[in-house]
Amino acid sequence: MNAPSSAVTAAPRAPALDVARLRAEFPILSQVVHGKPLAYLDSAATSQKPRAVIDAVTRYYEHDNANVHRGVYQLAERSTALFDGARAKVARFIGAEPREVVLVRGTTEGINLVAQTYGRANVGPDDEILLTEMEHHSNIVPWQMLAGEKGARLVVVPVDDRGALRMDELERRIGPRTKLVAVTHVSNALGTVNPVKRIVAVAHARGVPVLVDGAQATPHLRVDVRDLGCDFYAFSGHKIFGPTGIGVLYGKAARLEQMPPWQGGGDMILSVTFERTLYNSLPYKFEAGTPDMAGAVGLGATVDWLERLDWAAVHAHEQDLLEYGTRRLQEIPGLRLVGTAPEKAGVLSFVLDGVHPHDVGTILDREGIAVRAGHHCAQPVMKRFGVPATVRASLALYNTRGEIDALVAGLHRVREMFR
Amino acid sequence: MSDLQDLYQEVILDHGKNPRNFRRIDRPTAEAEGLNPLCGDHFHVYLKLDGERIADVSFEGAGCAISKASASLMTSSLKGKTLAEARETFERFHKMVVEGDREQAKSLGKLAVLKGVCDFPTRVKCASLVWHTLQSALKGENKTTTE
Repeated sequence: MNAPSSAVTAAPRAPALDVARLRAEFPILSQVVHGKPLAYLDSAATSQKPRAVIDAVTRYYEHDNANVHRGVYQLAERSTALFDGARAKVARFIGAEPREVVLVRGTTEGINLVAQTYGRANVGPDDEILLTEMEHHSNIVPWQMLAGEKGARLVVVPVDDRGALRMDELERRIGPRTKLVAVTHVSNALGTVNPVKRIVAVAHARGVPVLVDGAQATPHLRVDVRDLGCDFYAFSGHKIFGPTGIGVLYGKAARLEQMPPWQGGGDMILSVTFERTLYNSLPYKFEAGTPDMAGAVGLGATVDWLERLDWAAVHAHEQDLLEYGTRRLQEIPGLRLVGTAPEKAGVLSFVLDGVHPHDVGTILDREGIAVRAGHHCAQPVMKRFGVPATVRASLALYNTRGEIDALVAGLHRVREMFR
Repeated sequence: MSDLQDLYQEVILDHGKNPRNFRRIDRPTAEAEGLNPLCGDHFHVYLKLDGERIADVSFEGAGCAISKASASLMTSSLKGKTLAEARETFERFHKMVVEGDREQAKSLGKLAVLKGVCDFPTRVKCASLVWHTLQSALKGENKTTTE
């Protein structure tokens, strides 16, 4: 088994994160489950929400709700200002312009939007879309559907035995027919952090645009889309401590301008007659219908909350949890970690000899520990590592070493029951 | 913790570890594949009929202790039964596991050990997957999922 990443321990010591104070901001975390304190270790599936976000959504419904970009009355003005303000906050947060921030339902919808607009306009017979072996189904299936429709092909870059991307293979596989590289920033099943900047440099050197699935990176890393240089970056509100049902597709303005609109409807038009429709400008061209206004306002509050955090301290805390968890799990006989890349974030995926992950999950649940057991919507990764499923404990900034200790104790209990 | 011990009884752990009838049947009368896309459980059920009687029934595949034990116990229990008897057993099993009617356990023999499953709603599908797969095989459908 490989040692955990040591890259971060070398970084200058950040002031310690006050985790107890942080946890107190999350109402859901203080509850008892099956008589045990809840240890929520499934933040990669969805994160919990701080009071500030919950309150912002409630406040919006109680005081400000009206449809946006339509009414001339005060409520509508307020609602529109909050909605547009949220977009501006998100844009600033990721280093983009507001017109480059398309509000969608989540990462999956963002990727589908690119597949259905950029993809359908630019991918033809025998063209190739380059993916990696560690993609989530949401960054595979939209491209497979597109490839099926257009007679194009998916080309897959393999990962090595630790779960790191084979950069040599990526360079080798980008060819004259490659129309897009679609890659995850952080793997949801393995925790691998991909070198997105290098991938973008390699792809751009050959004139190929890059889409990044940022669903698992944004809860752990500060992302600057200009610094990464990617053409598209998609992420979800609910994974970064924000509301469900809202997410972001960032696209470079020049790319978005050239793309056809996606869904048709209200708000995405300038004028409509039965003969022809003039489409609205960015980003509204891609936002048909009444948007998730409360979700957007909640996302804005999420960004405010995230910006108040000391990110150096958050990063140090999360890396400590990851290293501590890796070490403690490796002490358990018969446990194999799946995904031990040198650069990792937030995920401890493993299998236990002779016990199916589903059974592990049920027994841990009775100890108050919430983990995910299954294929994590990444069946090709499971196949690569020769397992039908894994147990995944995923970490967020509110987790503690004590919760990892509870996990380890729970796993010993599993071994006793199945001995 | 009593409900957990109720779920993972010795008999279930034993059948999960050493499943009976865990093999394929050559030239089966009927067969079907069962999938639980949620957790990746994946089974194949084979059936050999002698008229209206189940001469042999077996399974292969991968899944959790509950699904494997359920398959092992199902095949053990149904071998030699008529199709009508098998259908009745399935109905009783379904009532016990899905609807939580523990009274059914009395007439289900060894299958009764699975009665604890009804207290674990997320695991009911694990126990019922092979049964639905068997039904698909009997109906001539080759694939079934829990969704």
